[in-house]
Amino acid sequence: MKNPLDSLAQTIVLGLVLTVVVVLLIHAIA
Amino acid sequence: MHEFVALDWWNFFFRWCHIASGVMWIGHLWYFNFTQTPTMPKIPAELRPGVAKYILPEALFWFRWGAMFTIIFGLILAWMNGYLLSAIKLGIGDGSTHNTTIGFGMWLGTIMWFNVWFIIWPNQKKNIGITPATPDEIKVAARTAGLASRVNTMLSIPMLYCMTGIHFY
Repeated sequence: MKNPLDSLAQTIVLGLVLTVVVVLLIHAIA
Repeated sequence: MHEFVALDWWNFFFRWCHIASGVMWIGHLWYFNFTQTPTMPKIPAELRPGVAKYILPEALFWFRWGAMFTIIFGLILAWMNGYLLSAIKLGIGDGSTHNTTIGFGMWLGTIMWFNVWFIIWPNQKKNIGITPATPDEIKVAARTAGLASRVNTMLSIPMLYCMTGIHFY
């Protein structure tokens, strides 16, 4: 399977998904 | 009153330095990932050494020192504002969304700083010929540095959200 980080577009999508995860964690913790 | 104003000014000063260094760092990171890496395969082979031998070493200099000064000014700023320790523990138990948010930003930034100085730079040193390496080792080093750079591009998105989002919490 190809590494998603080889694609710039997929890297950005992963970054956005991670942002949602971080926001959820912030609201869960604080 | 004068002391308060002076402290306020230094607070602004370090924030200004933190953001300027951050632009230097993330600007170069995004240049590598949005411009240089995707363009390299399209450049005629005889012109590629111009990028690898002249532009890349210079860009890596501003890139890694930008990262270093971003974290230094950021830590000073967090300490001056009294939330350094709370942010390090992600504001857990402090009931402060601000400290949790900036804490996530600081941890993401710290992981990125570590990637720059301990993964990308040592591998790029092989790639640009500062550290002696065999052609096979250079190939592995370039791949490792490239992936770490992509990880940092991915992490820069939530990191910037946390750094700028604190004003909404």
